[in-house]
Amino acid sequence: MSSLAEYEPIVGSGAVEELRALAAHLAGKPVLMVNSTRLGGGVAEILNRMVPLLKELGLDVRWDVIEGPPAFYKVTKAFHNALHGKPEPITQEMFDLFLEVGRQNARRLALDAQFLVIHDPQPLVLVEKRTRRSPARWVWRCHIDVSRPQPQVWTFLKPFIRKFDAAVYSVPAFAQRLPMRQLIIAPSIDPLSEKNRELAPDDIAAVLRRLGVPQDRPIITQVSRFDYLKDPVGVIEAFRRVRRSVKCRLVLAGGSASDDPEGEEVLGRVRGAAKDDPEIHLLMLPPTSDLEINALQRASAVVMQKSLKEGFGLTVSEALWKARPVVASAVGGIPLQVKHRYSGLLVHSVEGAAYAAKQLLNNPAYAKRLGENGREHVRQNFLLTRHLRDYLLTFLTLGSSDDVLYLNGG
Amino acid sequence: MTDPAAAAEPFRFYTSLLLQEATGVRASTLTQLAKHLRQASPSCIYYHTHHFLLQHHYLVPEPTNDFAYWVGEILGDDLLAELLASIDTMEYAKLEELREALARAIEGYLADHPMARFKFVPAGQEFFFVKSVHVVLPTAYMASTLLEFAQALERVSLHSLYFHVFEARLRLGRPTNDFSRWFSEQLGLQELAERVSRLDPYAQTLDALRATLLALIREQLHLS
Repeated sequence: MSSLAEYEPIVGSGAVEELRALAAHLAGKPVLMVNSTRLGGGVAEILNRMVPLLKELGLDVRWDVIEGPPAFYKVTKAFHNALHGKPEPITQEMFDLFLEVGRQNARRLALDAQFLVIHDPQPLVLVEKRTRRSPARWVWRCHIDVSRPQPQVWTFLKPFIRKFDAAVYSVPAFAQRLPMRQLIIAPSIDPLSEKNRELAPDDIAAVLRRLGVPQDRPIITQVSRFDYLKDPVGVIEAFRRVRRSVKCRLVLAGGSASDDPEGEEVLGRVRGAAKDDPEIHLLMLPPTSDLEINALQRASAVVMQKSLKEGFGLTVSEALWKARPVVASAVGGIPLQVKHRYSGLLVHSVEGAAYAAKQLLNNPAYAKRLGENGREHVRQNFLLTRHLRDYLLTFLTLGSSDDVLYLNGG
Repeated sequence: MTDPAAAAEPFRFYTSLLLQEATGVRASTLTQLAKHLRQASPSCIYYHTHHFLLQHHYLVPEPTNDFAYWVGEILGDDLLAELLASIDTMEYAKLEELREALARAIEGYLADHPMARFKFVPAGQEFFFVKSVHVVLPTAYMASTLLEFAQALERVSLHSLYFHVFEARLRLGRPTNDFSRWFSEQLGLQELAERVSRLDPYAQTLDALRATLLALIREQLHLS
């Protein structure tokens, strides 16, 4: 695990000094993070990196996970879909199980920290343990898109959410009209992780050789699981339009979808659309393929993210951090990462994606400038150190209604 | 190079770190944008007219304020976007006055172009009103003389520069930027103070602003 000092050459010593100065005001404060899993998924990935760094900054951080039977996780999965706006049949038994497991966990866990950060809906019931006289501050960190939730589930969860001091979302569009503070904290990438660290050209070439992707012509890449919402078939259509005038290759790299019936169906359609085209490379990569993703992104002339819907779309920041020119749909958190014509090109259709990719392939100097701007944008806004700073600022400003808070030397 | 004067009160560099807070208010048409803009708090106006300076400080030219960006790039009304982008923040001493100028520009445009009120954006692409919450804290940098000031200014973070130049004046309501005030009140350097307060910080990147300030200070040091 990297230490804070290792981030200084990347974000500047000033940014790390500011983190230390903020954290000095929170030294020794007990913080409890609670989510539903220690391994797998974006939330666990963030906590695995963030908890040790918060400890290094002097906070007394603990990370607990809730436990429940498989039926509970089926319920929370259904809630997850419903909060994303998908019609999902929810029964009274499901609500009852959610409450029962939540209350069991509330009895089991020591909820005695000064700051409690509850991640996503699964552990929401824990907030019932909050007493009126306790000085503890409770934060609900919502990582999912709740902009248009199914009313039945939202109405059920809302009384729990209203007990928190603050809700934290990734994108302003996800915020609801609620009586408490609603903060916006974008997720982040770790520049020192295997997926994002610098790679030598020889290492990149070796990975591409191993994956069977020749570097004889410009490569367009989309990294995402095989899901309708990522529109892989649309990417193939866009690629074919580009190839009419520019020689290039397409790489679609994503996770294996063997346990997801819909994923298999999408993969089948993608294979059908690719029609064994030797210039289209479908790469089924296991979840541990961080090095491969890193090399593929770095080897690409254009990185595409043509999603139809997106939570935040951190693959865009991953590509921008590697100074790659990006063509991406204007959905979810993507417009926060790409300012159109400044740090990438935003598109709304297959035709638009093809046109944008052609512009970039035909104008390498312009593409380079967009990529370099994108890297600076990510350095300033989407690296782990900014994420840490936002957490520290959240803790410091909880309980204050002022728009400006003055701290002394600390 | 000489540095004759030492201040009775040294200049302490502060920094300001920003947290974004959603208001839950959104607009999908120009009519809604003008209406919500009129009701927006000063910290909301400050956020949407300033945060891009830090977020995109490396870009030349810098993107416009959030209102102009949304109207131009998302709603697709280039003429109004241009009008909003051209509103000169330097002309306003208070955020309430800046809010009035922005709202009036949109309302005036709607009066002149009645069809523009029918333009709307799809769900998810609305203008989301956000406000900023700032935590201000001292840095390790201090200066008693102009030379020490220059040395510190070379090293402070962009957040610190931003705080003393932008936040001090418009958000905290100080009559001028903190640097000019200190040059004038503590070092008696009226001309330098005036030259710095006449700079338009909105017309350059933060790095360029730092370089310009340093050039003015070095010139003064050579004169002294």
